[in-house]
Amino acid sequence: MNGNIPELLPVLPEIVLAIGAMILLMLGVFQGNKSYKQVANLSVLLLAIAALLMFTQVGGERQTTFNGMFVTDAFAVFMKTLTYIGSGVAILLSGKFLTEHKIAKFEFPILIIFATLGMMIMISANNLMSLYIGLELQSLSLYVLAAMNRDRLRSTEAGLKYFVLGALSSGMLLYGISLIYGFAGTTEFDVLATSLRSDGTPAIGIVIGLVFLLAGLAFKISAVPFHMWTPDVYEGSPTPVTAFFAAAPKVAALALLVRVLINGFPGLTHEWQQVIIFISIASMLVGAFVALVQTNIKRLMAYSSIGHIGYALVGLAAGTQGGIEALMVYIAIYLTMTLGAFAAILSMRKPEGMVEDIDDLAGLSQTNKPMAVAIAIFMFSLAGIPLLAGFFGKWYIFLAAVEAGLIPLAIIGFLASVVACYYYLRVIKIMFFDEPTASFDGEHGGAVSFVVGAAAVLNSPVSFLLISPLVAAAAWASGALLF
Amino acid sequence: MSVGLGHYLTVAAILFVFGIFGIFLNRKNVIIILMSVELMLLAVNINLVAFSTFLGDMVGQVFAMFILTVAAAEAAIGLAILVVYFRSRGSIAVEDINQMKG
Repeated sequence: MNGNIPELLPVLPEIVLAIGAMILLMLGVFQGNKSYKQVANLSVLLLAIAALLMFTQVGGERQTTFNGMFVTDAFAVFMKTLTYIGSGVAILLSGKFLTEHKIAKFEFPILIIFATLGMMIMISANNLMSLYIGLELQSLSLYVLAAMNRDRLRSTEAGLKYFVLGALSSGMLLYGISLIYGFAGTTEFDVLATSLRSDGTPAIGIVIGLVFLLAGLAFKISAVPFHMWTPDVYEGSPTPVTAFFAAAPKVAALALLVRVLINGFPGLTHEWQQVIIFISIASMLVGAFVALVQTNIKRLMAYSSIGHIGYALVGLAAGTQGGIEALMVYIAIYLTMTLGAFAAILSMRKPEGMVEDIDDLAGLSQTNKPMAVAIAIFMFSLAGIPLLAGFFGKWYIFLAAVEAGLIPLAIIGFLASVVACYYYLRVIKIMFFDEPTASFDGEHGGAVSFVVGAAAVLNSPVSFLLISPLVAAAAWASGALLF
Repeated sequence: MSVGLGHYLTVAAILFVFGIFGIFLNRKNVIIILMSVELMLLAVNINLVAFSTFLGDMVGQVFAMFILTVAAAEAAIGLAILVVYFRSRGSIAVEDINQMKG
């Protein structure tokens, strides 16, 4: 607690992001709305620079700064890389859609940068205070992004619902934090961990606080029973925003959850493990069963993402280094699947405008063969069919669960993924075996085609070659989490 | 009778529960939801400041300052979204927010 300037090198990428976003904001304000394209390109460049600085200047060594508030380590580098990819791809995908819907405002990429900055702080949080600040910086940007299409009722309604439920979850999170602070006397994860390890039985106030904290974080990763907002927000928000919601914020919130539980509460593993097992099972089942009756593809993807968060949490429930490693592999693969699927949804365009119904895909294999094959790869991969990337994710997750002795959890997860196969295969059946409707208009822009193609290649059996480097990186990163 | 930590915690818990019920039981107006959210955050502030005094540790009070700041930003964004919603819907009654059923 002295007056020295804290070590700034570990936060260099975040500082560059913050200052860069403000410079871009000035640029946009002075040039007006016609500057969208320029600001969007510069935003992607800014994200790339920040990622490069993270690799070259920060690295995977564990460093803390700001009196232990902010930590960077290999785990942070891994998760931040995924977040940068998710945010950058979301900006690239959005150009054409926003221009067509006349919402190509320069605020859009800047809000994504601010949300990304919040995610970086979440991933690097080492104190309940920096956790809260990062979470709010992310959430406040996301509320505005959901309501971005402000002349369309559904978009504003999505923003309103997201805001109300998000504020409620922040309230619960904060109440939990206040109880933890009061009963443990500290907000630092490291101090919390040592003080909780040394006592025999934890104070009941800490356990209640931890449950509130988990409820708040479960909302942010849209795990059941705090998933109510997800389908509505996914359906109502503009599609590029939905693509962003499904990718980067999920990665960051999962990283935050892992860091809080593994670094902050290792002494309470038995208590939080029960909660995580419950929300994991509930998410897998809701994701599998409720998605069966959906007709809108964005709602289908919403329930699909709820289910996938359930699978990722199986790895956390295991609580071992292998489990965290499996979670990281899973979330990396999920990122490629979901970005690819949303890029494909962005190409669902008919002469009268964008369409979102699953039935609009009918007969796509006859009208647009490459797109149908790509969507089929994403659906098979999301379902976890062997040989595709999604299978390896589930394989490592269930392996970790079995090794940790959670065999019933692995069995429930396996059964849920069998049920989930039905609705993924239904999409494929509609594309390949139904009578074609009006064909899609091919004008969806180069970025969308590129993302669909790249994600399809990554998810195809080519993933055999990529899976071992990914697992090695995840092992390196999960080893940094102080076991 | 002296006022101790328990009294502060009880008041904060009651306010927090009022806030949660205000969000779920209110069928009339979204503004009331915003007020309830504010009530929840202020209940947390009472908790933090009470704990901070009890523990003789400044962190709780600093945290309360951060919460006040973020709550102001949150209220501003909430009201902005509400204005935009009112423009396209013409109503801010809670039961009218029903374009999508989830």
